[in-house]
Amino acid sequence: MIELHDASYGYPGRTLLAGVSLTLSRASFHFLTGPSGAGKTTFLKLCYGELRPNAGRLSAFGADLAQLSRDDLAGMRRRIGVVHQDCEFLDHLTLAENVALPLIVAGRPIVESDLADLLAWVGLRGREGALPSELSGGERQRGALARAIIGAPDVILADEPTGNLDWEMSMRLLSLLVELNRMGKTVLIATHDLNLIRTAKTQVAARVLRIKDGQVQTAGADL
Amino acid sequence: MKPISTRSAAPATFAPGIDRIVPAAGASATLTLLAAAAMAFLAVFTLALAFSANRLADSWSGDLAATATVRISAAPDQADLQTRRVLEVLTTTPGVVSSREIPAEETRALLAPWFGPDLPVETLPIPRLVAITTEPQAFDAEGLRLRLSAEAPGAVLDDHSRWRAPLADTAVALRRIAVFSLALIGGATAAMVTLAVQASLAANGQVIRVLRLIGARDVTIARAFVRRYTLRATLGALAGTTVAAAAVAALPVVADGEFLTHLGFSGREWLWALSVPAIAAITALVATRAAALRRLRDEA
Repeated sequence: MIELHDASYGYPGRTLLAGVSLTLSRASFHFLTGPSGAGKTTFLKLCYGELRPNAGRLSAFGADLAQLSRDDLAGMRRRIGVVHQDCEFLDHLTLAENVALPLIVAGRPIVESDLADLLAWVGLRGREGALPSELSGGERQRGALARAIIGAPDVILADEPTGNLDWEMSMRLLSLLVELNRMGKTVLIATHDLNLIRTAKTQVAARVLRIKDGQVQTAGADL
Repeated sequence: MKPISTRSAAPATFAPGIDRIVPAAGASATLTLLAAAAMAFLAVFTLALAFSANRLADSWSGDLAATATVRISAAPDQADLQTRRVLEVLTTTPGVVSSREIPAEETRALLAPWFGPDLPVETLPIPRLVAITTEPQAFDAEGLRLRLSAEAPGAVLDDHSRWRAPLADTAVALRRIAVFSLALIGGATAAMVTLAVQASLAANGQVIRVLRLIGARDVTIARAFVRRYTLRATLGALAGTTVAAAAVAALPVVADGEFLTHLGFSGREWLWALSVPAIAAITALVATRAAALRRLRDEA
């Protein structure tokens, strides 16, 4: 699905990721952990093409990111659903419109009953007409997950999806992501919440990656 | 959970418009509306002035081309004789449709604006005038001049050519000025819409970023702005055109005033006025699309 070959990224004077080689294969489940500022969000941005590696190669769905045209890059992003830490909703649109946004921009019809089913699945039935400012933190995160998956993407990337949630809500969101993985989706969650990772490992065969000193390492039994 | 489908035949679809993704509020939106209305108003008036001036110049030029005047300046005892000879010559001149001596009352009326209504024409050495209606294609002014010089030495033919040339030049100049003015108005409209779109794009950077992240192509993002701003420009232009058309239609008609009588649109010329909103819409569409795509490309 997504492959990094000796990929590096950094700013002048600071290297965030150095020579990372990694493959996110189909239906795999990964956690990405590491201290704040280690480069987790940067790694995710590389994966969905918001950033491009300074060196090395990154390919998604068999295509080299550096070779993609702007339209091809947009097409690639439609195959990747992203749950941002701050949700990235459009404040003037309702929850239903925000969730349906990937289909709207893709020019695809939206079946009302399917949209209702999706919102019910993430526990947001009855909140369709609410504006983002009227949603709680948990509702926003679940709405962001609904938007990330409405286009039936192959890969789901989540950046600190439980960062602002209580434990019960975190477990609920995790169970949704695990269910998606069982449906064949590749899932990568960036988090520094080790309890979440430990709990998830009881439910799914998750691989844990840790970013340290610009390197992405496989975490061991200490988790 | 049931996977989301995109069935082709769905009983009910959720279909918010693509232009909904751009926030509706913003000063640039109101400015676009008002500026388009003002530009359309100016465009309609420019068209009205151009058509009026053109029509008037054509009318003057056409009337003068089909008429000529013979002025007979002779001693009082020769005036009647030479006038008769001129009329005789004119009856046998090819291209002359009709001729008549202008009576003293009519001459007095012609001179009234300069000398007042009580002008004693009889006591003044005013030349006799013979008005001729011609068929311009068949009329030979030079040939007639030669014949008149032989038959009536005091007769001078004025075929109005020295008046027609500047009128024709004026008509051409007015047409050019009108076209240039309309081009300026169109250019100003395009520039105004471009600035408004650029301001809107700058103000909606976060919206654009989110749209990109979920896989929106530049052309899709641009379309959202194009629709919104084209609609605003069209609505503004419709309002401006309506007000201008009503103002033109309501202009007073001055009974004896050649120019003011003709100011406005006539017959099919109204179609040009009605085309202003359509032209404004096309201008806004092209300008918005170009500005949006350029900005999106530059930002990437």
